[in-house]
Amino acid sequence: MRIQRIQDAIFHQVTRFFAFSVLAIMAAIMGSLLYGAWPALQEFGAGFPFSAEWNPVADRFGGLISIYGTLATSVIALVVAIPVSFGIAIFLTELCPPKLRGALGIAVELLAAVPSIIYGMWGLFVFAPLFADYVQPVLAATLGNVPLVGNLFQGPQNGIGILSAGLILSVMVIPFIASVMRDVFEVVPGILKESAYGLGATTWEVVWNIVLPYTRVGVIGGVMLGLGRALGETMAVTFVIGNAHRISPSLFDAGNSIASTLANEFAEAASDLHVSSLIALGLILFFVTFIVLSLSKLLLMRLGRMEGEKT
Amino acid sequence: MQGFIRACSLVVALGGAAVAQAADITGAGATFPYPIYSKWAEEYKAKTGVGLNYQSIGSGGGIKQIKAKTVDFGASDMPLKPEDLDKDGLVQFPAVIGGVVPVVNLEGVAPGQMKLTGEVLANIFLGKIKKWNDPALVALNAGVKLPDENITVVRRADGSGTTFLFTNYLSKVNVEWKDKVGAGTAVQWPEGVGGKGNEGVASYVQRIKGGIGYVEYAYAKKNKMIHLAMKNKAGEFVQPDDLTFQAAAAFADWAKAPGFGEILTEQPGKTSWPITGASFILMHKVQADPAKAQEVVKFFDWAFKNGQKSASDLDYVPLPASLVKQIDTALRSSLKDASGGAVLK
Repeated sequence: MRIQRIQDAIFHQVTRFFAFSVLAIMAAIMGSLLYGAWPALQEFGAGFPFSAEWNPVADRFGGLISIYGTLATSVIALVVAIPVSFGIAIFLTELCPPKLRGALGIAVELLAAVPSIIYGMWGLFVFAPLFADYVQPVLAATLGNVPLVGNLFQGPQNGIGILSAGLILSVMVIPFIASVMRDVFEVVPGILKESAYGLGATTWEVVWNIVLPYTRVGVIGGVMLGLGRALGETMAVTFVIGNAHRISPSLFDAGNSIASTLANEFAEAASDLHVSSLIALGLILFFVTFIVLSLSKLLLMRLGRMEGEKT
Repeated sequence: MQGFIRACSLVVALGGAAVAQAADITGAGATFPYPIYSKWAEEYKAKTGVGLNYQSIGSGGGIKQIKAKTVDFGASDMPLKPEDLDKDGLVQFPAVIGGVVPVVNLEGVAPGQMKLTGEVLANIFLGKIKKWNDPALVALNAGVKLPDENITVVRRADGSGTTFLFTNYLSKVNVEWKDKVGAGTAVQWPEGVGGKGNEGVASYVQRIKGGIGYVEYAYAKKNKMIHLAMKNKAGEFVQPDDLTFQAAAAFADWAKAPGFGEILTEQPGKTSWPITGASFILMHKVQADPAKAQEVVKFFDWAFKNGQKSASDLDYVPLPASLVKQIDTALRSSLKDASGGAVLK
């Protein structure tokens, strides 16, 4: 009896230690990033994230270009991935013949298991040339002439740039978002859906009015998971983004994301300030991810409260 | 239990033997010479039993490691300045020579057929010349059909010794480049897209029509890329190959450059390739363990005298004999043990 109690106590302590070690590791990463970034933050001040300069020769650095690239590619990825993933999940849970369901589901999950360097190489050697020859001219001739957004689709058509990186990213995050969406769609009680169908609702109405409200938290969670991956993705982006330190009005033009800048420059960063600036970029990425996750949590809480008010 | 103890003691004994046997030398740094260093190491180990553990972590990393004394030698594609060498008590010598070659993707142009001057090349990389049929290019290339195509500049995205040589050359031949961009392992590029590593630049150039980039000679040769002929300091147009790289190294005035810190771009000599450079080895002047230092020097001495063939096989250029002699002299005079005695007798 006593031995069991001791066992329990030890078990309790051990699990608690594991859980708290996560916090400790977080704090340690944060601390070492801050420590490493300090020289750059001191030199360039609060303006670091807003300066578009990146000149290793003159030792002047700023984060704006990389931050813009990270956000732009992630937004493009989500704009493409969310509707596609939604379609995949709806088809798999509502419309797909049961025989096909298993195979398709596994295929989507396998897509998530492909290493990112493979996406990068595929993006550079297969996707980019096709994109340059067949898609970019069409985009430039159609969307490129639309006022306001036209500039986004004008520019060098060589298949490399912000837009390509965003599209590759979307392929990478689709399996994450789609499989989460499918999993949560599957837990919608059959009785709710059948009641709606019984009242004469179409599939679309069932999905929009029953399935989606019921699974909202899970869907947003899936999207955030995808966004998290898109923000930090390194190799695939490095291959196709063009790695140029400038902000261009065109999405066809080359750019740089935080992760690709780090991957490219860390090994051969010459001066201490260069290294420190790269670490500062890492710190910013850490914060961006943190803010995105916090916002999603906040959003979910707001949604939960609104629901409480309604009923 | 006894068997277990015996097994343990055997493991310990073997481990001890391994430690005692392996007086391996360690080095870290530049990635560009890594293939030849590891080839030399393999041959040297077969011959002498002394191995080399070389980590290709990049020139910047190599410099940091040798300063921290965690390795027996560091390797850098960019020579350190004499004052930096003095500050950290380091000696520096070149180990292998390579060349940087501008490559293009233009239909109907044969390798080596198109000619450029450094001035024009810099203007292309500055973004001032945007079309392949620009008058400046046409004037240099009578008889070559240049298309009415946009030029896409391709350069390195990562910091690299290749970029250092290339930008160092452009700074020497174009004042505007020097003022606006300068030279370094990474610079603020006014134009173009960035590929990671030589292979990244090579694949971008091969894929983008009208692309121009610069790669190590070995990459241009392996991938059969369309390279350019360049005008050298003597006013001659030369093709990149072993001979023109060696000519640049041979014509260079090594004796005048402290720490062999000679950058081989834009060297005199009618046959010199203008964008040539050496990869350097860094060692501490004062050696706490003279036996180790002797091993390092022995290794490179062996490689300079017996490693030419493997170097040429891998498209590196071995050092000219005159230079090897100068390095030997320099090392003899500068390497000291803790009490100030010469390491090499």
